[in-house]
Amino acid sequence: MTTPTHTISVLVLNKPGVLVRVALVFARRGYNIDSLVVSPVLDTEFSRMTITCSGDLATLDQIIKQLVKLIDVVRAVDHTGEAVIEKEMALIKVRCPLENRTPILQVAEHFKGTTVDFGHESLILQISGGSEKIDHVLGLLRPFGIVDLVRSGKILMARGAERT
Amino acid sequence: MDKKIPTGADVIIQSLIREGVEYVFGYPGGAAIPLFDALVDHPQIKLVLVRHEQGATHMADGYARATGKPGVVLVTSGPGATNTVTGILTAQMDSSPIIVLCGQTISPMLGKDAFQEADVTGITYPVVKHSYLVKQVNDLPRIMKEAFHIATTGRPGPVLLDLPKDVTSAPCTAPFVDSVDLPGYEIPGVPDQAMLAKAAEYLSRSRKPVLYIGQGAVISGAGKAITQLADKLQAPVVNTLLAKGAVSEDHPLHMGMLGMHGTAYANKAVMNCDLIFSIGARWDDRIVGKLSEFCPGAPKLHLDIDPAEFGKIVQPDVSMVGDARRGVEALLPLVRKLDTADWVKQCAAWRKQYPLKYGKQGGLKAQHVLDEMDRLTRGKAVVTTDVGQHQMWAAQFCRSTFNRSWISSGGAGTMGFGFPAAIGAQLGVPDKPVWAIVGDGGFQMTLCELATAALQKVPVKVLIINNNYLGMVRQWQELFFDNRYSGVDMAGNPDFVKLAEAYGVKAFRIRRPGDVRRILKQASEYNDGPCVIEAEVVKEDNVYPMIPAGAPYRDMLIERPRAKMAKPTGST
Repeated sequence: MTTPTHTISVLVLNKPGVLVRVALVFARRGYNIDSLVVSPVLDTEFSRMTITCSGDLATLDQIIKQLVKLIDVVRAVDHTGEAVIEKEMALIKVRCPLENRTPILQVAEHFKGTTVDFGHESLILQISGGSEKIDHVLGLLRPFGIVDLVRSGKILMARGAERT
Repeated sequence: MDKKIPTGADVIIQSLIREGVEYVFGYPGGAAIPLFDALVDHPQIKLVLVRHEQGATHMADGYARATGKPGVVLVTSGPGATNTVTGILTAQMDSSPIIVLCGQTISPMLGKDAFQEADVTGITYPVVKHSYLVKQVNDLPRIMKEAFHIATTGRPGPVLLDLPKDVTSAPCTAPFVDSVDLPGYEIPGVPDQAMLAKAAEYLSRSRKPVLYIGQGAVISGAGKAITQLADKLQAPVVNTLLAKGAVSEDHPLHMGMLGMHGTAYANKAVMNCDLIFSIGARWDDRIVGKLSEFCPGAPKLHLDIDPAEFGKIVQPDVSMVGDARRGVEALLPLVRKLDTADWVKQCAAWRKQYPLKYGKQGGLKAQHVLDEMDRLTRGKAVVTTDVGQHQMWAAQFCRSTFNRSWISSGGAGTMGFGFPAAIGAQLGVPDKPVWAIVGDGGFQMTLCELATAALQKVPVKVLIINNNYLGMVRQWQELFFDNRYSGVDMAGNPDFVKLAEAYGVKAFRIRRPGDVRRILKQASEYNDGPCVIEAEVVKEDNVYPMIPAGAPYRDMLIERPRAKMAKPTGST
């Protein structure tokens, strides 16, 4: 059985050490962080962390409470299952001998990807969207030979008046 | 003439004065010299020079627990700072407000393996309430204000400041501040009225309630309110190890300590209650034993200032976020007397049926010594303990009758805590007798502070319960590991009387049961400085009652079991 995946949004004070404090809360309780995005919000005194992780709900509940307890954490919310906008970006380097270029570019075009580098041996595609879409594109490109992959990690924002 | 611009160190020491600090427990070193230098100009702050940094931390902790005011530690970088880690953990586990000021190498050398450099901020992340690595001298007035605010409010705890030497040496032009701006820090006050009403409703249906009180009751000074609540409801009270004294153990509804080594009658009450109300306690594994069989069917009410405690161990039926005292005070008008006459009678019967007991035959018993000590001090002393069998016997036999009169390392179970904590406590409450009850094992971990105690002339009475064993581990090996003793024999113990005398400390020895009263009395009347009383007790004796770790309450051993015991399944 796979453990459920959660996406947590954490608003923190933009201070040195805050990332370590947050990571330690997960590590101590044996929770694996699958992806983590940190960047300043509009008011640069604060940063937003979007964390995807997997594990049981009871532990996650405790993790969120322990996160909120940290002095430098303003808020921590589990957005799993909520109607939120979730996006991720991937850079995918694919082997591209002449005979494969057309089908690779068809995949890119179909999924609104862009070619950000084009060489004799390989090209780099930039794909953005939901994590499932990126997983799907990777599945399609795998037979051509993926040389390298960088995913940004998921970011999300609550819709309408809801707070992220 | 221009006024001298203060340095970072000056600002730190002046901040201590502004916060009402009397004592700093410290040990110098290269990176802390600017701070020690600033102390010279500020004689209002008294430096207690310790012999080991761990001792300084426990002294600050003992001071904090005895007074309710924050204790302050001042040490140097690297090993000086890492020696405080055990003390910081101890304070964190028991929610004790201490401020740890650590020297650090100059900031351009951070991370370059400079002499006596350690990433102290990094090392202590998991054991502090909060910490600061100070990079800008002008941040110091704000950080000092925040540090005291965070350490002492909400659920108190240790705050560490990592202070590079160039920062403490630099001129500081920023003014002192009187308020803090911490958007990520909320201090709960009075619990939500709806939750209190729900709790009152649960209480109104209870016929066999138990009030279970913890360290939060001590910290918030909830004792009076809880006593009123117990009287009004006619509900028995049990306390955790740390909450001894929050409600006087002389109160007729007080059943003593619950849990692993609690009184049999407290545990019988917990086993049979139809409602349990935690007031500032956190359902520790030493309390609940086997979680799935802990008070089954009884609603669990939980009042705590730390919302992370709700559902951490026990999922409460009603959770009230707030200060224990203010919570109970707000609950009082919502409740009425319950129909608990039969229950109170039953609890009294258990108290008669299962008293704490010990035999006076067959050599000197630790319980006998502690029982006499209790008779002598009549609940008027502040008692600190170390960790082990003596701690549990002291918890059972020394009555705690007022708040902050019982100081013991609960959560961390730190050996070496009791004696330095007593020094700090005595400095904080000079008018009360302070007794440190320690074992021969734990005392040797911090006994170098005999020099500190002698120098400070604190009249602390150090009662060493010497069985020449690490008795609690020996007890477990006897009961659960087929008597296979391993690493528990304290052969090589010094002559504690001679040792004390080598420090110029008065010392007494108790060998025979007939000497106990006389010698304890002599020691209690000696107030020219610290004294040590070594009680040579029987080597092999066990603490009962005992609920084996992880076992349900019905498995409580009231006396030595005849059958072979299975290895405990619970935590340590």
